[in-house]
Amino acid sequence: MSTAAIPVTTSADILCAHCGLPVPEGLLDDNAEQQFCCSGCHTAFGILHAHGLDSYYSFAERRETPVRASGRSYDEFDHPAFANLYVTALPGGLSRTELYLEGVHCASCVWLVERVPLLVAGVLRAELDVRRSLAVIEWDIATVPLSRIAQSLDTLGYPPHPFRGVARADMRRREDRAMLVRIGIAGAIAINVMLAAIALYAGELDTMDAGFTRFFRWVSFAITVPAFIWPGRVFFTGAWASLRTRALHMDLPIAIALTAGFVRGATNTITDAGPIYFDGLALLIFALLVGRFLQQRGQRLAVDAAEELHAIAPITARIIEHDVARDIPSEALLPGMLLDVRAGESFAADGVVMRGHSSVNAALLTGESRPASVTVGEMVYAGTLNVESPLRVLVQQAGETSRIAKLMQQVEESAKRRAPIVQMANRMAGVFTAVVLVMAATTFVIKWQLSSAHALDDAIALLIVTCPCALALATPLAITVAVGRAARRGMLIKGGDALELLATPGIVVLDKTGTITEGRTALTVWHGPDWVKPLVLALEEGSSHPLADGFRRAWPGLPMGTVSASRHIVGGGLEGTVSGHLVRIGSPGFVRESTFDVDESLQHVIDDLDRTLTPVHIAIDGVVVALAGLGDRIRDDAFDSLQQLRGRGWRTVMLSGDAQDVVASVGRALAFEAQDSIGAVSPEGKLAFVERLKATSGRTVVMVGDGVNDAAAIAASHVGIGVHGGAEACLATADIYLTRPGLGALVELTEGSRRTLRVIRRNIALSIGYNLIGASLAMFGLLTPLIAAILMPTSSITVVLGSWYSTTFARPTTTESVL
Amino acid sequence: MSVIFIVLPLALVIVGGAVLAFVWSARNGQYDDLETPAVRVLHD
Repeated sequence: MSTAAIPVTTSADILCAHCGLPVPEGLLDDNAEQQFCCSGCHTAFGILHAHGLDSYYSFAERRETPVRASGRSYDEFDHPAFANLYVTALPGGLSRTELYLEGVHCASCVWLVERVPLLVAGVLRAELDVRRSLAVIEWDIATVPLSRIAQSLDTLGYPPHPFRGVARADMRRREDRAMLVRIGIAGAIAINVMLAAIALYAGELDTMDAGFTRFFRWVSFAITVPAFIWPGRVFFTGAWASLRTRALHMDLPIAIALTAGFVRGATNTITDAGPIYFDGLALLIFALLVGRFLQQRGQRLAVDAAEELHAIAPITARIIEHDVARDIPSEALLPGMLLDVRAGESFAADGVVMRGHSSVNAALLTGESRPASVTVGEMVYAGTLNVESPLRVLVQQAGETSRIAKLMQQVEESAKRRAPIVQMANRMAGVFTAVVLVMAATTFVIKWQLSSAHALDDAIALLIVTCPCALALATPLAITVAVGRAARRGMLIKGGDALELLATPGIVVLDKTGTITEGRTALTVWHGPDWVKPLVLALEEGSSHPLADGFRRAWPGLPMGTVSASRHIVGGGLEGTVSGHLVRIGSPGFVRESTFDVDESLQHVIDDLDRTLTPVHIAIDGVVVALAGLGDRIRDDAFDSLQQLRGRGWRTVMLSGDAQDVVASVGRALAFEAQDSIGAVSPEGKLAFVERLKATSGRTVVMVGDGVNDAAAIAASHVGIGVHGGAEACLATADIYLTRPGLGALVELTEGSRRTLRVIRRNIALSIGYNLIGASLAMFGLLTPLIAAILMPTSSITVVLGSWYSTTFARPTTTESVL
Repeated sequence: MSVIFIVLPLALVIVGGAVLAFVWSARNGQYDDLETPAVRVLHD
């Protein structure tokens, strides 16, 4: 592909048959049945078609709406502050950065992105990780600036964003590799020791020659040693840490059993008498490592998916210096700089309005769904949205000291405080540990008193057979399977403890805006003749106000009148001449100030309009002829879902930053108790409410929300749930993130959690059952190595099968689309 | 049967080779991303 073929001008209607991106006009081929955006897509299509793989094109993972180039300059990518934050210098004058690409969705993306070195001179490497949408770029800073590379990616349809988790991602990658190596080695050793063990057991039944027996025992010994030195070492370090901190940890009995078994096995090998245990020990190390890996992996997938979504505060800001505007990274903002914020953009810092007046949507910060007007001298906050017209803002607080950053610090502190719950599983293991140790000691002492020659062997057999092989797998396996299935149903669960807590009914606290409601303005009431609609739509077409958006979404595809003149009155509404009529749309006060007549049929409707809606009057040629009510619509499934939750014993509470009368009205519609519909709560107030509820109710408190205003409360709650379309801060702190809209997922989540917990209990019961049988056999000296070798894997296999075939979360059906 | 005294150590040496190969591949990052390479091969 040559540079000329980069889709710069595209024909909007014709989409690439392979990837769904618009096809550049120059590449349209009138004779062909399919059109392609590039030769890469064409080739890929040809390959798939030739191999009968056309079903690829019916996969749900293909995007519905392709991402278009944004056409930004990306000048801020060259700023020294940007380089400090995101770029690593490599030897030889090279630099490396990781960029998060929007719109990565299909195979051709890999092809396109990895061809960047051919398109832009000076780029040496471009590699894309499709699952995480992260591209690693290495380039020569002397030849080409990063902004130029970013522009190229943007032109290809993948607007790049800096990725902030580079250091952490590197650390994880190293951890993952080390873990994988350990599992691989432990597995190879376990299998080979098992092979030798089978030979030994078979030989026992068939009286094998003593020389062979000794050989196999020495071979088992020799290959088990590396399993202890390398993969097994983690348990010894864990046990050592547990001893130093004086807290009983699962690693401790494991380490004791491993040591005792190994020492006894080694002496038995040397003296050529008694059981050697090596097969059991090697398998134990392997199974425990796999359990840990599964647990970690499942949690990380969900965390990644939630965290790689976009930032709330804009990453760049436009500042005015000596009357010249330029883009700089938000991190480089300092108090005293003058910001230029256009309509539809977010503020990058807290500051005072110096010029212009507009309205600001602070829903992200406060939960208030209606925009508030601001004018010169008033404060605006980072992360909130400028709705109507351009503003000049003098920066007062930027970065760490802005209101949103302080809220985020609270979030982090709350998240840290939650740690004790995670430790509970370990405390349970502590009890188990103590019991096993006591049992082993008792067996030894009693047997010694009875002067049995096998006292030590029996005690060691008990330690090994009770070792929490199945028990260690029981919980992580059930949780991993449940988390995986839930993810396919659009519920990303970050920690297993959330599942456990959701299994018993408690109190669910829901945010209103964006959680119970759709979080955007929609036309819900309309009284007026149809002929007015085209006139309204024509006038609203040019406006960026959320109310205008409500009209546009309500009547898509309706014909529009022709506007000959229009005027926008901030805080009032719109006025203009449309198809020869004088049209006024806006607040009742604004419309009525120039009109005297109100259409008779509307008189009573005006008084009856629901007070939670924003009323909009429409006057044509001096007469009010239509009335519209716009508001935040309640989600379709909200009532049913809430009723189901209540039916299962959950108490439901609505907590919102919105005005009390709005909240009360929504609460009545959804059958909330009057005292459980609480409005006008600040983000700090939400945090305090959740903390109080936790302290006084003694039940599980679940917080469901979507905005930064909920983030602190989400972090403080027992289980925090972020809903579809929420802010990044909220997703990062939530234990569970729902990727599909609506509250139906909440019901499914509690139901699935209940079933998961049942599977966990069954698993634990099974493994304890096996342990009890094993322990009693060992105490009575009936446990031969053969029985131990059969008992251990069967218990693990039962647990694995039991977890896998459990119906915790329903599998997605083919007709359902899962986002 | 005494052939086992030669064959078994030999088998273990082969296992050792396989393990070393695995360690190398894991450290080389071959298992970091299991999805993209499958897609990449379509274009090469």
